[in-house]
Amino acid sequence: MEIKLEEIFQDKIDQEIKIEPRDWMPEKYRKTLLRQISQHAHSEIVGMLPEGNWITRAPNLRRKVALLAKVQDEAGHGLYLYSAAETLGMSRDEMLEELHSGKAKYSSIFNYPTLTWADMGAIGWLVDGAAIMNQVPLCRTSYGPYARAMVRVCKEESFHQRQGYEIMLTLTKGSEAQKAMAQDALNRWWWPSISMFGPNDDNSPNSAQSMKWKIKRFSNDELRQKFVDVTVAQAELLGLTIPDKDLKWNEERGHYDFGAINWDEFFQVVAGNGPCNKQRLKARVDAWENGAWVREAATAYAEKREAKANNQIEAA
Amino acid sequence: MAETKDILIDYVLHLADNSMILGQRNAEWCGHGPVLEQDIALTNITLDLIGEARSLYQYAAELKGGDSTEDSMAFLRDVTQYRNTLLLEQNNTDWAYTITRQFFYDVFHYYLQEALINSSDERLKEIAKKTIKESTYHVKWSSEWMIRLGDGTEVSHLKMQNALNALWEYTGEFFIPSTSEMEMQEKGIGADLNALSIKWRSKVEEILKEATLSIPESSFQQKGGKTGMHSEHMGYILADMQYMQRAYPRAEW
Ligand SMILES: [Fe+2]
Ligand SMILES: [Fe+2]
Repeated sequence: MEIKLEEIFQDKIDQEIKIEPRDWMPEKYRKTLLRQISQHAHSEIVGMLPEGNWITRAPNLRRKVALLAKVQDEAGHGLYLYSAAETLGMSRDEMLEELHSGKAKYSSIFNYPTLTWADMGAIGWLVDGAAIMNQVPLCRTSYGPYARAMVRVCKEESFHQRQGYEIMLTLTKGSEAQKAMAQDALNRWWWPSISMFGPNDDNSPNSAQSMKWKIKRFSNDELRQKFVDVTVAQAELLGLTIPDKDLKWNEERGHYDFGAINWDEFFQVVAGNGPCNKQRLKARVDAWENGAWVREAATAYAEKREAKANNQIEAA
Repeated sequence: MAETKDILIDYVLHLADNSMILGQRNAEWCGHGPVLEQDIALTNITLDLIGEARSLYQYAAELKGGDSTEDSMAFLRDVTQYRNTLLLEQNNTDWAYTITRQFFYDVFHYYLQEALINSSDERLKEIAKKTIKESTYHVKWSSEWMIRLGDGTEVSHLKMQNALNALWEYTGEFFIPSTSEMEMQEKGIGADLNALSIKWRSKVEEILKEATLSIPESSFQQKGGKTGMHSEHMGYILADMQYMQRAYPRAEW
């Protein structure tokens, strides 16, 4: 019986038919997706913090409004994704509990500090840019609610990417101090950004299964290469130098070669030892704990209202 | 003539600074709200407030002429030149203070727009027409939260009553007219603050009653923001907000 179901399931996937919440699915498929989508949702809301750090200090009113709206978009992405993940049988509160306890992960990139205004440009350009590379294929991922959430998310991410690039462009056209600020931001965000695609393919144990289930459509290394290839040209246009002395065009491969990623650092950050892991997690936990009385009151009030309405119905 | 223009600029800046400073305060919440949906809702309000402030700063900059811009208005005036009321610069403290501060302002802001829709100044009239749609929603949102938290749990009731007690003394300043407000009202440009005060009081009482909250007995009211006599908070707000413009004069961003 189980085997038959699994065959039907794989058959649907092979035919590009979306899997929906009520459909039968292997437990491991459900778990893999739940982990991936909730991680993705956590990344959106933790990702609000490094950029949120600059809202009150944005250099002019236009930028302030754009940054606020961007960070708000990320909150919206978190909402869509938590809703998609909930269809797999875990509540948002349970997912948040896993985030707060440190059990659930989020994208490591958000464990780096935002030191200057140029970081708002670099994050939009590189981090949202890398996110798009990852996410565009996810619009066709096999699980229906996830794919549909990603369609909405991707539209906004590409807007964020252009906005970030435009911040960088303005800086590189500005004073020497502004140009230096832009280069410094690129120096600090480049390696964490290309690490965002995850470990190399030969060191990524779950990838093959995810590809077979069409949760993933491209490998980590394929996506990373694609990102490097498009970003090099963009950096040139800005007149900025990518901080990698091994970066050069490989005629034979038709791609850029690039230097080795410091995976020790990557795994240290994943393990909780990045420069801001503790602060990011604390900010989320504080927000949640300080908000507890608000959520409790909202629930109590809603219950009171409902009881009142029921009484009125009974009385009538 | 020049003097009338200066008074108008002062008035427009007062209107702008109110929404700007509250927006700046609210923006501190972004990413830290008690629940994701409300983080988004408060940010929406913040975006409206800063959007309105920008329209007003642009108007003030045009009136002022020279190389004034919306940004020079917001980023290059110092504490004593700011004209917002004291309420709006108060610390966020917690969600109870934030909601209460927002509610007091929203009710005032709504009735203010209602008056400014009939302003003899075309530009203010246009801005008010857009703003009133937004503040209609703001009042609804903060009123609902006043009621929900006031009449929620014992804890939330206490927190709300404390916030109300602490912030009440900053509400009277809305209705104590500055020289420019008096002059603008006489000219049919500004709002009649007496009439506004009656409407404000009645709406606030209505909502507080439903929220099972009570107005504190002490009737003493602080004032000073409108004439540049701010609290010590204001220097920090501006230090934060103006840092980039001060550190990199005349740069484009
Ligand atoms: Fe996002
Ligand atoms: Fe984004």
